[in-house]
Amino acid sequence: MEKAGIPVAQVTAMTAVAKAVGSNRIVRGQGIVNLLGDSDLPPEEEREIRKQIVRQALEALATDPAQSDP
Amino acid sequence: MRVVHYLNQFFGGIGGEEQAGIPPEIRPGAVGPGRLLEQVLGDGSHVVTTIICGDNYAAENVQEVTAMVTQQVKEAQAELLVAGPCFQAGRYGTAAGAVCAAVQEDLSIPVITAMAGENPGVDLYRESIYIVDSGDDVSRMRDVLADMARLANKLAGQGVIGRPADEGYFSQGKLRSEFVENTAARRLTGMLLSKMRGEAFEAEVPIKSIEPVPAPPPVPDMSRATVAIVTDGGLVPKGNPDQIPRAFAQVWGAYSIEGMDSLQAGEYEVAHGGYDNRPVEQDPHRLVPVDVLRQMERDGLVGKLHPEFLSTTGNSNPLENSRRMGREMAARLIEAGVDSVILTST
Repeated sequence: MEKAGIPVAQVTAMTAVAKAVGSNRIVRGQGIVNLLGDSDLPPEEEREIRKQIVRQALEALATDPAQSDP
Repeated sequence: MRVVHYLNQFFGGIGGEEQAGIPPEIRPGAVGPGRLLEQVLGDGSHVVTTIICGDNYAAENVQEVTAMVTQQVKEAQAELLVAGPCFQAGRYGTAAGAVCAAVQEDLSIPVITAMAGENPGVDLYRESIYIVDSGDDVSRMRDVLADMARLANKLAGQGVIGRPADEGYFSQGKLRSEFVENTAARRLTGMLLSKMRGEAFEAEVPIKSIEPVPAPPPVPDMSRATVAIVTDGGLVPKGNPDQIPRAFAQVWGAYSIEGMDSLQAGEYEVAHGGYDNRPVEQDPHRLVPVDVLRQMERDGLVGKLHPEFLSTTGNSNPLENSRRMGREMAARLIEAGVDSVILTST
């Protein structure tokens, strides 16, 4: 998709794999099976985590990765 | 040698993309590149049957087509099945690989096909069948057929098959013991020296290279941008309408979220054999965060949430396959005016 010019923020718990395959905008997710949440938390707190991760993804999309190497 | 030749609708002379839906047709004798194939195979070889099938039909009905080709090869009492060459045509290559693998498995006769390295059929079938490297230049048809014929004659005559680089086929990943002049230490040092001098050398354990993709420029204003959710975690509507498999997926789906504030648990399932699906099936937002993105759309943080999410299964997928699906997804998103993607990966 990036080759076609669409900026992609990849949310993943396996950031090393994302890096190895050359993903340009990587956001760390919460976990493999709970990528954007946490089934052990109450729904409100869980949603807060999801919001944070999605917000990070939106920030990544609006940022030039060359200028913000993590 | 009695030969059966498999062609797609294009090389079979029936038509282009508009004919890609045609079911298999059987023609006696050689058609199109089959005539050239007879010449390069040499005296005594005849294409007895040509099977022409539309690329879409073959891709959508793989089992039916492979069974039908197997039956035809059997009835023709063929001693060789040739498919293609397919060059970069992905559906053609995938079908050619599938029919060759099936015929080899069921009838134990030699099979051969040819494709370009980027063809997804290569990664799918290189380990089970001989695939000649055709490159992507269709004008090399005669040379490619000659390479296929040489290898096919060896396969039929129980001749010794040389190394992939010498014979022009894609490595099957097999290891063969052989005597060499130098110890591993000397060979490695030699390779290192060659590398330092900028000379060519051949690695004994080739590593698949991943071509870097430059980062597309950032979205100038997210509050005016359309963002789409794409996932490789395999979320699909209940019943899995596109039958996305739990591994080795070759298909992806696009599912409407138009007007939805959230995804209802129980209306979705996960087609992914690589992780425990229960948390996502309990709450699909753990993979596809429609709930928070819809809220952010309302709050003006993003311009628009694209009205469908795209999904496939990223599990044991050959790279070429994933690349192809990425290209297809990108085409659909661009056509819909999507500016940016959140990709959730498990």
